[in-house]
Amino acid sequence: MRTIRDTWLIFDRSLTLSLRNPVWVIMGIGQPILYLLLFGPLLTNIARMPGFPPGGAFNVFVPGILVMTALFSSAFVGFGLCDEMREGVVERMTVTPMSRLAMLVGRSLRDVVLLLGQGLILVVLAIPFGLEINLGGVTVAFAMLALIGLMMSPVSYTLALVLKSEDSLAPVVNGLALPLLLLSGVMLPMSFAPDWLQTIAKLNPLYHAVAAIRALFNASYGDSEIVIGVVVLVVLAAVTIALGARSFSRAAA
Amino acid sequence: MSPEAIIETAGLRRVFKGHGRDQRGAVEAVAGVDLRVEAGDIFGFLGPNGAGKTTTLRILATLLPPTAGTARVAGFDVAHKPEEVRKRIGYVAQAGGSYRESTGREELVIQGRLFGMSKADAGRRAQEILDALDLSDAADRTCGTYSGGMRRRLNIGIGMVHRPVVLFLDEPTTGLDPQARARMWDEIRKLRDGGTSVFLTTHYLEEADALCDRLAIIDHGRIVAEGSPSQLKREIAGDVLTIGVDGDCDRVIELMAAQSFVREAGLEDGLVRLYVDKGDEAVPSVLRILDSHGLAPTTMNLHRPSLDDVFLKKTGRSLRESAA
Repeated sequence: MRTIRDTWLIFDRSLTLSLRNPVWVIMGIGQPILYLLLFGPLLTNIARMPGFPPGGAFNVFVPGILVMTALFSSAFVGFGLCDEMREGVVERMTVTPMSRLAMLVGRSLRDVVLLLGQGLILVVLAIPFGLEINLGGVTVAFAMLALIGLMMSPVSYTLALVLKSEDSLAPVVNGLALPLLLLSGVMLPMSFAPDWLQTIAKLNPLYHAVAAIRALFNASYGDSEIVIGVVVLVVLAAVTIALGARSFSRAAA
Repeated sequence: MSPEAIIETAGLRRVFKGHGRDQRGAVEAVAGVDLRVEAGDIFGFLGPNGAGKTTTLRILATLLPPTAGTARVAGFDVAHKPEEVRKRIGYVAQAGGSYRESTGREELVIQGRLFGMSKADAGRRAQEILDALDLSDAADRTCGTYSGGMRRRLNIGIGMVHRPVVLFLDEPTTGLDPQARARMWDEIRKLRDGGTSVFLTTHYLEEADALCDRLAIIDHGRIVAEGSPSQLKREIAGDVLTIGVDGDCDRVIELMAAQSFVREAGLEDGLVRLYVDKGDEAVPSVLRILDSHGLAPTTMNLHRPSLDDVFLKKTGRSLRESAA
Protein backbone atom coordinates (compact mmCIF):
# COMPACT_ATOMS: atom_id res chain seq x y z
CA MET A 1 0.00 0.00 0.00
CA ARG A 2 2.68 2.40 1.09
CA THR A 3 4.68 1.57 -2.04
CA ILE A 4 1.74 2.22 -4.35
CA ARG A 5 0.92 5.49 -2.64
CA ASP A 6 4.53 6.67 -2.70
CA THR A 7 4.89 5.58 -6.33
CA TRP A 8 1.91 7.72 -7.23
CA LEU A 9 3.30 10.72 -5.32
CA ILE A 10 6.66 10.51 -7.08
CA PHE A 11 5.02 9.87 -10.46
CA ASP A 12 2.76 12.87 -10.02
CA ARG A 13 5.59 15.14 -8.92
CA SER A 14 7.92 14.03 -11.72
CA LEU A 15 5.30 14.35 -14.43
CA THR A 16 4.33 17.82 -13.25
CA LEU A 17 7.97 18.89 -13.36
CA SER A 18 8.51 17.43 -16.85
CA LEU A 19 5.44 19.06 -18.31
CA ARG A 20 6.45 22.37 -16.75
CA ASN A 21 9.68 22.28 -18.75
CA PRO A 22 8.95 23.91 -22.11
CA VAL A 23 12.18 22.62 -23.66
CA TRP A 24 11.14 19.07 -23.01
CA VAL A 25 7.64 19.58 -24.31
CA ILE A 26 8.83 21.17 -27.56
CA MET A 27 11.60 18.64 -28.17
CA GLY A 28 9.45 15.71 -27.14
CA ILE A 29 6.74 16.59 -29.61
CA GLY A 30 9.09 17.97 -32.26
CA GLN A 31 11.27 14.88 -32.49
CA PRO A 32 8.70 12.50 -33.99
CA ILE A 33 7.71 15.18 -36.47
CA LEU A 34 11.33 15.63 -37.56
CA TYR A 35 11.69 11.90 -38.16
CA LEU A 36 8.61 11.80 -40.32
CA LEU A 37 9.52 14.86 -42.35
CA LEU A 38 13.28 14.46 -42.72
CA PHE A 39 13.80 10.70 -42.66
CA GLY A 40 10.52 9.21 -43.85
CA PRO A 41 10.87 10.28 -47.50
CA LEU A 42 14.15 8.33 -47.80
CA LEU A 43 12.32 5.12 -47.16
CA THR A 44 9.98 4.98 -50.05
CA ASN A 45 12.74 3.92 -52.45
CA ILE A 46 14.57 1.62 -50.05
CA ALA A 47 11.37 -0.31 -49.46
CA ARG A 48 11.54 -1.60 -53.03
CA MET A 49 14.92 -3.29 -52.48
CA PRO A 50 15.02 -7.05 -52.22
CA GLY A 51 15.30 -8.31 -48.64
CA PHE A 52 13.22 -5.46 -47.22
CA PRO A 53 10.77 -6.79 -44.63
CA PRO A 54 7.12 -7.19 -45.55
CA GLY A 55 4.66 -4.33 -45.07
CA GLY A 56 4.69 -0.84 -46.51
CA ALA A 57 7.65 1.48 -45.98
CA PHE A 58 6.00 3.24 -43.07
CA ASN A 59 4.89 0.03 -41.42
CA VAL A 60 8.56 -0.96 -41.28
CA PHE A 61 9.84 2.49 -40.46
CA VAL A 62 7.42 3.65 -37.75
CA PRO A 63 7.89 0.63 -35.44
CA GLY A 64 11.64 1.21 -35.64
CA ILE A 65 11.32 4.88 -34.81
CA LEU A 66 8.97 4.05 -31.95
CA VAL A 67 11.55 1.71 -30.44
CA MET A 68 14.30 4.24 -30.98
CA THR A 69 12.23 6.97 -29.31
CA ALA A 70 11.51 4.64 -26.40
CA LEU A 71 15.20 3.78 -26.10
CA PHE A 72 16.50 7.32 -26.21
CA SER A 73 13.87 9.00 -24.13
CA SER A 74 14.41 6.47 -21.34
CA ALA A 75 18.18 6.02 -21.67
CA PHE A 76 18.83 9.65 -20.79
CA VAL A 77 16.45 10.04 -17.86
CA GLY A 78 19.40 9.71 -15.48
CA PHE A 79 20.38 13.27 -16.37
CA GLY A 80 17.36 14.62 -14.56
CA LEU A 81 18.22 12.50 -11.56
CA CYS A 82 21.78 13.89 -11.47
CA ASP A 83 20.23 17.33 -11.30
CA GLU A 84 17.94 16.32 -8.45
CA MET A 85 20.85 14.70 -6.61
CA ARG A 86 22.91 17.86 -6.89
CA GLU A 87 20.12 19.86 -5.29
CA GLY A 88 19.84 17.33 -2.46
CA VAL A 89 16.37 16.12 -3.41
CA VAL A 90 17.28 12.44 -3.49
CA GLU A 91 19.07 12.62 -0.15
CA ARG A 92 16.20 14.51 1.42
CA MET A 93 13.72 11.86 0.31
CA THR A 94 16.03 9.07 1.42
CA VAL A 95 15.71 10.39 4.98
CA THR A 96 11.95 9.84 4.90
CA PRO A 97 10.22 6.51 5.53
CA MET A 98 9.13 6.39 1.86
CA SER A 99 9.47 3.26 -0.23
CA ARG A 100 12.76 2.98 -2.12
CA LEU A 101 11.04 1.04 -4.89
CA ALA A 102 8.64 3.96 -5.31
CA MET A 103 11.53 6.40 -5.82
CA LEU A 104 12.47 4.38 -8.90
CA VAL A 105 9.11 3.20 -10.20
CA GLY A 106 7.41 6.58 -9.75
CA ARG A 107 10.01 8.19 -11.97
CA SER A 108 10.10 5.32 -14.46
CA LEU A 109 6.33 5.42 -14.91
CA ARG A 110 6.60 9.12 -15.67
CA ASP A 111 9.19 8.24 -18.32
CA VAL A 112 6.85 5.63 -19.75
CA VAL A 113 3.94 8.06 -19.96
CA LEU A 114 6.08 10.61 -21.77
CA LEU A 115 7.46 8.12 -24.26
CA LEU A 116 4.01 6.71 -24.97
CA GLY A 117 2.80 10.26 -25.57
CA GLN A 118 5.59 10.81 -28.08
CA GLY A 119 4.81 7.46 -29.69
CA LEU A 120 1.16 8.30 -30.03
CA ILE A 121 1.94 11.58 -31.76
CA LEU A 122 4.26 9.77 -34.14
CA VAL A 123 1.71 7.09 -35.03
CA VAL A 124 -1.13 9.52 -35.58
CA LEU A 125 1.02 11.80 -37.74
CA ALA A 126 2.33 8.87 -39.76
CA ILE A 127 -1.11 7.71 -40.86
CA PRO A 128 -1.40 10.34 -43.62
CA PHE A 129 2.07 9.25 -44.85
CA GLY A 130 0.77 5.73 -45.45
CA LEU A 131 1.04 3.93 -42.11
CA GLU A 132 -1.58 1.23 -41.80
CA ILE A 133 -2.70 0.45 -38.28
CA ASN A 134 -4.89 -2.02 -36.48
CA LEU A 135 -6.03 -1.18 -33.00
CA GLY A 136 -5.20 -4.51 -31.32
CA GLY A 137 -1.70 -4.65 -32.75
CA VAL A 138 -0.93 -1.03 -31.92
CA THR A 139 -2.18 -1.51 -28.35
CA VAL A 140 0.13 -4.46 -27.74
CA ALA A 141 2.96 -2.59 -29.49
CA PHE A 142 2.52 0.31 -27.07
CA ALA A 143 2.56 -2.07 -24.13
CA MET A 144 5.93 -3.26 -25.45
CA LEU A 145 7.17 0.31 -25.72
CA ALA A 146 6.18 0.78 -22.09
CA LEU A 147 8.23 -2.30 -21.22
CA ILE A 148 11.23 -0.87 -23.06
CA GLY A 149 10.87 2.23 -20.91
CA LEU A 150 10.57 0.16 -17.75
CA MET A 151 13.67 -1.75 -18.79
CA MET A 152 15.86 1.19 -19.80
CA SER A 153 15.03 3.97 -17.37
CA PRO A 154 16.05 1.97 -14.27
CA VAL A 155 19.39 1.34 -16.01
CA SER A 156 19.81 5.05 -16.58
CA TYR A 157 18.83 5.89 -12.98
CA THR A 158 21.17 3.26 -11.61
CA LEU A 159 24.05 4.65 -13.64
CA ALA A 160 23.18 8.16 -12.48
CA LEU A 161 23.17 7.07 -8.83
CA VAL A 162 26.57 5.44 -9.27
CA LEU A 163 28.26 8.03 -11.49
CA LYS A 164 26.58 11.07 -9.90
CA SER A 165 27.36 13.52 -12.71
CA GLU A 166 26.10 14.22 -16.19
CA ASP A 167 29.67 14.38 -17.47
CA SER A 168 30.32 10.75 -16.59
CA LEU A 169 26.82 9.60 -17.42
CA ALA A 170 26.72 10.90 -21.01
CA PRO A 171 29.49 8.73 -22.51
CA VAL A 172 28.33 5.65 -20.62
CA VAL A 173 24.73 6.02 -21.76
CA ASN A 174 25.83 6.73 -25.32
CA GLY A 175 28.14 3.76 -25.30
CA LEU A 176 25.27 1.59 -24.14
CA ALA A 177 22.49 2.97 -26.30
CA LEU A 178 24.36 3.13 -29.60
CA PRO A 179 25.09 -0.60 -30.05
CA LEU A 180 21.58 -1.38 -28.84
CA LEU A 181 20.27 0.89 -31.56
CA LEU A 182 22.60 -0.27 -34.35
CA LEU A 183 21.88 -3.93 -33.68
CA SER A 184 18.13 -3.50 -33.40
CA GLY A 185 17.27 -3.27 -37.06
CA VAL A 186 15.83 0.20 -36.60
CA MET A 187 18.11 1.94 -39.07
CA LEU A 188 18.11 -0.76 -41.75
CA PRO A 189 16.54 -4.20 -41.57
CA MET A 190 18.94 -6.72 -40.03
CA SER A 191 18.10 -9.03 -42.93
CA PHE A 192 20.67 -6.99 -44.91
CA ALA A 193 23.37 -7.90 -42.36
CA PRO A 194 26.00 -10.67 -42.65
CA ASP A 195 25.36 -13.78 -40.58
CA TRP A 196 27.73 -12.95 -37.73
CA LEU A 197 26.09 -9.56 -37.24
CA GLN A 198 22.65 -11.14 -37.29
CA THR A 199 23.78 -13.59 -34.61
CA ILE A 200 24.93 -10.76 -32.35
CA ALA A 201 21.75 -8.82 -33.04
CA LYS A 202 19.67 -11.71 -31.72
CA LEU A 203 21.23 -11.10 -28.29
CA ASN A 204 19.85 -7.57 -28.33
CA PRO A 205 16.45 -7.32 -26.62
CA LEU A 206 15.55 -4.38 -28.83
CA TYR A 207 16.07 -6.47 -31.95
CA HIS A 208 13.25 -8.70 -30.76
CA ALA A 209 11.18 -5.71 -29.74
CA VAL A 210 11.49 -4.16 -33.20
CA ALA A 211 10.64 -7.45 -34.90
CA ALA A 212 7.65 -7.96 -32.62
CA ILE A 213 6.31 -4.45 -33.06
CA ARG A 214 6.66 -4.68 -36.84
CA ALA A 215 4.70 -7.93 -36.78
CA LEU A 216 2.05 -6.26 -34.61
CA PHE A 217 1.71 -3.30 -36.95
CA ASN A 218 1.25 -5.75 -39.82
CA ALA A 219 -1.32 -7.71 -37.83
CA SER A 220 0.82 -10.87 -38.13
CA TYR A 221 -0.33 -12.05 -34.73
CA GLY A 222 0.97 -15.58 -35.28
CA ASP A 223 4.58 -14.36 -35.51
CA SER A 224 6.65 -16.04 -32.78
CA GLU A 225 8.73 -12.83 -32.44
CA ILE A 226 5.82 -11.25 -30.57
CA VAL A 227 5.96 -13.77 -27.74
CA ILE A 228 9.76 -13.73 -27.69
CA GLY A 229 9.78 -9.93 -27.60
CA VAL A 230 7.27 -9.66 -24.76
CA VAL A 231 8.96 -12.33 -22.65
CA VAL A 232 12.43 -10.85 -23.13
CA LEU A 233 11.25 -7.37 -22.19
CA VAL A 234 9.23 -8.49 -19.16
CA VAL A 235 12.14 -10.47 -17.76
CA LEU A 236 14.69 -7.73 -18.38
CA ALA A 237 12.42 -5.00 -16.99
CA ALA A 238 11.94 -7.05 -13.81
CA VAL A 239 15.70 -7.40 -13.49
CA THR A 240 16.50 -3.73 -14.08
CA ILE A 241 13.72 -2.56 -11.74
CA ALA A 242 15.05 -4.79 -8.96
CA LEU A 243 18.55 -3.50 -9.64
CA GLY A 244 17.40 0.12 -9.72
CA ALA A 245 15.41 -0.14 -6.49
CA ARG A 246 18.48 -1.57 -4.81
CA SER A 247 20.54 1.35 -6.04
CA PHE A 248 18.05 3.80 -4.60
CA SER A 249 18.11 2.13 -1.21
CA ARG A 250 21.90 2.30 -1.29
CA ALA A 251 22.04 5.74 -2.85
CA ALA A 252 22.40 7.15 0.57
CA ALA A 253 25.64 5.34 1.29
CA MET B 1 16.25 14.53 36.96
CA SER B 2 18.75 14.05 34.22
CA PRO B 3 17.41 15.07 30.82
CA GLU B 4 16.81 12.39 28.27
CA ALA B 5 19.48 11.77 25.61
CA ILE B 6 18.15 12.35 22.12
CA ILE B 7 21.39 11.29 20.46
CA GLU B 8 23.89 8.89 21.94
CA THR B 9 26.88 7.40 20.17
CA ALA B 10 29.58 5.03 21.34
CA GLY B 11 32.84 4.46 19.50
CA LEU B 12 31.38 5.63 16.23
CA ARG B 13 33.75 5.08 13.32
CA ARG B 14 33.53 5.44 9.59
CA VAL B 15 36.27 4.45 7.19
CA PHE B 16 36.02 5.27 3.50
CA LYS B 17 37.66 2.54 1.51
CA GLY B 18 40.76 3.26 -0.52
CA HIS B 19 41.85 1.75 -3.79
CA GLY B 20 43.58 -1.51 -4.58
CA ARG B 21 44.72 -4.34 -2.37
CA ASP B 22 46.69 -2.19 0.04
CA GLN B 23 43.71 0.17 0.48
CA ARG B 24 45.71 3.20 -0.54
CA GLY B 25 43.86 6.40 0.18
CA ALA B 26 41.59 4.86 2.81
CA VAL B 27 40.32 7.60 5.09
CA GLU B 28 39.09 7.28 8.62
CA ALA B 29 36.65 10.16 8.50
CA VAL B 30 35.15 9.46 11.91
CA ALA B 31 37.62 7.90 14.32
CA GLY B 32 35.73 6.90 17.44
CA VAL B 33 33.15 9.49 18.41
CA ASP B 34 31.31 9.32 21.74
CA LEU B 35 28.53 11.83 21.97
CA ARG B 36 25.57 12.53 24.17
CA VAL B 37 23.10 15.15 23.09
CA GLU B 38 20.30 16.04 25.45
CA ALA B 39 16.76 16.71 24.34
CA GLY B 40 15.88 20.36 23.91
CA ASP B 41 19.35 21.66 23.11
CA ILE B 42 20.87 23.30 20.10
CA PHE B 43 23.95 21.13 19.82
CA GLY B 44 26.77 22.36 17.61
CA PHE B 45 29.38 20.27 15.91
CA LEU B 46 32.29 22.61 15.30
CA GLY B 47 35.32 21.79 13.24
CA PRO B 48 37.28 22.66 10.11
CA ASN B 49 36.32 21.32 6.70
CA GLY B 50 37.14 17.63 6.44
CA ALA B 51 37.08 17.10 10.20
CA GLY B 52 34.32 14.50 9.97
CA LYS B 53 31.33 16.68 10.82
CA THR B 54 29.23 15.88 7.79
CA THR B 55 30.12 12.18 7.90
CA THR B 56 28.99 11.96 11.53
CA LEU B 57 25.81 13.83 10.70
CA ARG B 58 25.08 11.51 7.78
CA ILE B 59 25.55 8.47 10.00
CA LEU B 60 23.15 9.90 12.56
CA ALA B 61 20.63 10.70 9.82
CA THR B 62 20.71 7.04 8.58
CA LEU B 63 22.34 8.02 5.28
CA LEU B 64 25.59 6.22 5.95
CA PRO B 65 26.17 3.00 7.88
CA PRO B 66 28.89 3.26 10.53
CA THR B 67 31.98 1.07 10.07
CA ALA B 68 32.00 0.40 13.81
CA GLY B 69 30.34 1.61 16.96
CA THR B 70 26.71 2.41 17.66
CA ALA B 71 24.46 5.41 17.44
CA ARG B 72 20.99 5.82 18.90
CA VAL B 73 18.85 8.68 17.67
CA ALA B 74 15.43 9.45 19.13
CA GLY B 75 15.55 6.13 20.94
CA PHE B 76 16.43 3.85 18.01
CA ASP B 77 19.64 2.40 16.66
CA VAL B 78 20.48 4.00 13.30
CA ALA B 79 21.95 0.81 11.86
CA HIS B 80 19.22 -1.59 12.96
CA LYS B 81 16.08 0.53 12.96
CA PRO B 82 16.70 3.23 10.36
CA GLU B 83 12.97 3.42 9.46
CA GLU B 84 12.08 4.26 13.05
CA VAL B 85 14.79 6.89 13.18
CA ARG B 86 13.65 8.44 9.88
CA LYS B 87 10.10 8.88 11.18
CA ARG B 88 11.42 11.00 14.04
CA ILE B 89 14.14 13.11 12.51
CA GLY B 90 14.40 15.93 10.02
CA TYR B 91 17.51 16.33 7.92
CA VAL B 92 18.64 19.32 5.91
CA ALA B 93 21.71 18.63 3.79
CA GLN B 94 24.25 21.18 2.73
CA ALA B 95 23.02 20.64 -0.82
CA GLY B 96 19.62 21.87 0.34
CA GLY B 97 16.82 19.56 -0.67
CA SER B 98 14.36 21.75 -2.53
CA TYR B 99 14.26 21.45 -6.30
CA ARG B 100 14.57 24.71 -8.21
CA GLU B 101 11.76 23.82 -10.63
CA SER B 102 9.27 23.05 -7.84
CA THR B 103 7.42 25.68 -5.87
CA GLY B 104 7.97 26.04 -2.16
CA ARG B 105 4.46 24.89 -1.45
CA GLU B 106 4.77 21.81 -3.66
CA GLU B 107 7.94 20.77 -1.87
CA LEU B 108 6.37 21.12 1.57
CA VAL B 109 3.22 19.29 0.56
CA ILE B 110 4.97 16.31 -1.03
CA GLN B 111 7.29 16.03 1.95
CA GLY B 112 4.29 15.85 4.28
CA ARG B 113 2.65 13.29 2.07
CA LEU B 114 5.79 11.13 1.99
CA PHE B 115 5.50 11.08 5.76
CA GLY B 116 1.99 9.72 5.40
CA MET B 117 -0.12 12.88 5.78
CA SER B 118 -3.34 13.22 3.83
CA LYS B 119 -3.46 15.82 1.07
CA ALA B 120 -5.51 18.17 3.22
CA ASP B 121 -3.27 17.80 6.29
CA ALA B 122 -0.14 18.27 4.21
CA GLY B 123 -1.63 21.39 2.65
CA ARG B 124 -2.50 22.88 6.03
CA ARG B 125 0.89 22.04 7.47
CA ALA B 126 2.61 23.58 4.43
CA GLN B 127 0.71 26.82 4.93
CA GLU B 128 1.59 26.82 8.64
CA ILE B 129 5.28 26.51 7.84
CA LEU B 130 5.15 29.07 5.04
CA ASP B 131 3.59 31.54 7.47
CA ALA B 132 6.04 30.75 10.25
CA LEU B 133 9.04 31.18 7.95
CA ASP B 134 7.64 34.28 6.28
CA LEU B 135 7.55 32.59 2.89
CA SER B 136 3.83 32.87 2.12
CA ASP B 137 4.33 35.46 -0.58
CA ALA B 138 6.82 33.23 -2.39
CA ALA B 139 4.93 29.98 -1.77
CA ASP B 140 3.81 29.47 -5.35
CA ARG B 141 7.01 30.61 -7.03
CA THR B 142 9.60 28.06 -8.04
CA CYS B 143 12.47 27.66 -5.56
CA GLY B 144 14.98 28.70 -8.19
CA THR B 145 13.68 32.28 -7.86
CA TYR B 146 14.27 32.43 -4.08
CA SER B 147 17.11 34.35 -2.45
CA GLY B 148 19.77 32.33 -0.66
CA GLY B 149 18.22 33.01 2.75
CA MET B 150 14.69 32.16 1.61
CA ARG B 151 15.82 28.91 0.04
CA ARG B 152 17.60 27.89 3.27
CA ARG B 153 14.52 28.72 5.31
CA LEU B 154 12.40 26.64 2.98
CA ASN B 155 14.83 23.72 3.24
CA ILE B 156 14.56 23.85 7.01
CA GLY B 157 10.80 24.06 6.66
CA ILE B 158 10.87 20.90 4.54
CA GLY B 159 12.82 19.18 7.31
CA MET B 160 10.19 20.31 9.84
CA VAL B 161 7.03 19.24 8.05
CA HIS B 162 6.47 16.07 10.07
CA ARG B 163 7.34 17.73 13.41
CA PRO B 164 10.53 15.74 14.05
CA VAL B 165 11.87 15.47 17.58
CA VAL B 166 15.36 16.20 16.34
CA LEU B 167 16.43 18.23 13.34
CA PHE B 168 19.84 17.79 11.71
CA LEU B 169 21.23 20.82 9.91
CA ASP B 170 24.42 20.53 7.91
CA GLU B 171 26.13 23.91 7.78
CA PRO B 172 22.84 25.83 7.84
CA THR B 173 24.36 29.27 7.33
CA THR B 174 27.36 28.65 5.09
CA GLY B 175 27.39 31.19 2.30
CA LEU B 176 24.67 33.39 3.77
CA ASP B 177 25.19 37.11 4.23
CA PRO B 178 25.29 38.37 7.84
CA GLN B 179 21.66 39.49 7.82
CA ALA B 180 20.34 36.19 6.48
CA ARG B 181 22.56 34.38 8.98
CA ALA B 182 21.13 36.30 11.93
CA ARG B 183 17.66 35.54 10.62
CA MET B 184 18.52 31.84 10.37
CA TRP B 185 19.80 31.84 13.95
CA ASP B 186 16.48 33.27 15.09
CA GLU B 187 14.60 30.54 13.26
CA ILE B 188 16.79 27.84 14.78
CA ARG B 189 16.26 29.27 18.27
CA LYS B 190 12.52 29.31 17.64
CA LEU B 191 12.66 25.63 16.79
CA ARG B 192 14.46 24.86 20.01
CA ASP B 193 11.99 26.96 21.98
CA GLY B 194 9.22 24.97 20.32
CA GLY B 195 10.71 21.79 21.78
CA THR B 196 12.73 20.47 18.83
CA SER B 197 16.28 19.37 19.51
CA VAL B 198 18.67 20.72 16.90
CA PHE B 199 21.96 19.15 15.88
CA LEU B 200 23.96 21.33 13.54
CA THR B 201 27.42 21.42 12.05
CA THR B 202 29.33 24.60 11.53
CA HIS B 203 32.81 25.86 10.94
CA TYR B 204 31.92 29.35 12.12
CA LEU B 205 33.18 30.10 15.61
CA GLU B 206 30.77 32.97 16.10
CA GLU B 207 27.89 30.71 15.18
CA ALA B 208 28.91 27.98 17.61
CA ASP B 209 29.41 30.58 20.32
CA ALA B 210 26.23 32.58 19.80
CA LEU B 211 23.78 29.90 18.80
CA CYS B 212 24.66 26.62 20.47
CA ASP B 213 23.72 25.55 23.98
CA ARG B 214 26.34 22.88 23.87
CA LEU B 215 28.96 21.95 21.37
CA ALA B 216 31.59 19.42 20.49
CA ILE B 217 34.77 20.38 18.72
CA ILE B 218 35.85 17.79 16.20
CA ASP B 219 39.19 17.49 14.45
CA HIS B 220 40.50 14.63 12.32
CA GLY B 221 37.46 12.54 13.15
CA ARG B 222 37.87 12.85 16.92
CA ILE B 223 36.12 14.97 19.49
CA VAL B 224 38.71 17.15 21.15
CA ALA B 225 36.45 19.13 23.47
CA GLU B 226 32.85 19.15 24.53
CA GLY B 227 30.74 21.44 26.68
CA SER B 228 28.82 24.69 26.62
CA PRO B 229 30.63 27.56 24.88
CA SER B 230 31.25 29.32 28.20
CA GLN B 231 32.51 26.13 29.86
CA LEU B 232 34.92 25.58 27.03
CA LYS B 233 36.21 29.11 27.13
CA ARG B 234 36.59 28.95 30.88
CA GLU B 235 39.03 26.08 30.38
CA ILE B 236 41.37 28.70 29.06
CA ALA B 237 41.84 30.66 32.25
CA GLY B 238 42.70 34.31 31.90
CA ASP B 239 43.09 36.40 28.79
CA VAL B 240 44.84 36.16 25.48
CA LEU B 241 47.39 38.77 24.52
CA THR B 242 48.77 38.78 21.00
CA ILE B 243 51.82 40.87 20.18
CA GLY B 244 53.18 41.78 16.79
CA VAL B 245 56.96 42.01 16.82
CA ASP B 246 59.16 43.47 14.15
CA GLY B 247 62.09 41.11 14.40
CA ASP B 248 63.01 38.31 16.74
CA CYS B 249 59.79 36.63 17.85
CA ASP B 250 61.61 33.72 19.46
CA ARG B 251 63.48 36.05 21.74
CA VAL B 252 60.21 37.68 22.83
CA ILE B 253 58.64 34.32 23.52
CA GLU B 254 61.66 33.27 25.53
CA LEU B 255 61.50 36.45 27.57
CA MET B 256 57.79 36.25 28.17
CA ALA B 257 57.71 32.57 29.05
CA ALA B 258 60.02 33.41 31.96
CA GLN B 259 57.52 35.87 33.49
CA SER B 260 55.39 34.69 36.38
CA PHE B 261 52.16 36.29 35.04
CA VAL B 262 52.46 34.45 31.71
CA ARG B 263 50.93 30.97 31.73
CA GLU B 264 51.88 30.06 28.22
CA ALA B 265 53.69 31.72 25.35
CA GLY B 266 53.84 30.69 21.72
CA LEU B 267 53.94 31.79 18.13
CA GLU B 268 50.77 31.76 16.10
CA ASP B 269 50.26 33.22 12.68
CA GLY B 270 53.42 35.37 12.95
CA LEU B 271 52.22 36.84 16.22
CA VAL B 272 53.43 36.12 19.73
CA ARG B 273 50.54 34.74 21.70
CA LEU B 274 50.47 34.91 25.48
CA TYR B 275 47.95 33.40 27.85
CA VAL B 276 47.98 35.67 30.88
CA ASP B 277 46.06 35.78 34.16
CA LYS B 278 45.03 39.39 34.10
CA GLY B 279 45.25 41.03 30.74
CA ASP B 280 44.87 44.63 31.86
CA GLU B 281 47.78 44.35 34.26
CA ALA B 282 49.88 42.32 31.86
CA VAL B 283 49.95 44.93 29.10
CA PRO B 284 52.09 47.57 30.90
CA SER B 285 54.39 44.86 32.27
CA VAL B 286 54.94 43.40 28.84
CA LEU B 287 55.66 46.82 27.38
CA ARG B 288 58.16 47.57 30.15
CA ILE B 289 59.97 44.28 29.71
CA LEU B 290 60.18 44.61 25.96
CA ASP B 291 61.40 48.18 26.26
CA SER B 292 64.14 47.25 28.72
CA HIS B 293 65.46 44.74 26.18
CA GLY B 294 65.37 47.22 23.36
CA LEU B 295 62.39 45.55 21.69
CA ALA B 296 59.28 47.37 20.45
CA PRO B 297 55.93 45.76 19.65
CA THR B 298 54.23 46.80 16.41
CA THR B 299 50.76 45.74 17.55
CA MET B 300 49.16 44.52 20.74
CA ASN B 301 45.77 42.96 21.12
CA LEU B 302 44.11 41.82 24.29
CA HIS B 303 40.98 39.72 24.18
CA ARG B 304 38.89 37.33 26.18
CA PRO B 305 39.38 33.71 25.11
CA SER B 306 37.27 32.74 22.12
CA LEU B 307 36.35 29.31 20.87
CA ASP B 308 39.20 29.69 18.44
CA ASP B 309 41.57 29.81 21.39
CA VAL B 310 39.97 26.63 22.65
CA PHE B 311 40.41 25.03 19.25
CA LEU B 312 43.99 26.25 19.04
CA LYS B 313 44.82 24.91 22.44
CA LYS B 314 43.32 21.50 21.73
CA THR B 315 44.61 20.98 18.23
CA GLY B 316 47.60 23.28 17.90
CA ARG B 317 46.00 24.96 14.90
CA SER B 318 43.71 27.89 14.46
CA LEU B 319 40.27 27.06 13.16
CA ARG B 320 40.28 30.27 11.15
CA GLU B 321 43.27 28.98 9.22
CA SER B 322 41.94 25.46 8.89
CA ALA B 323 38.63 26.69 7.61
CA ALA B 324 40.20 28.91 5.00
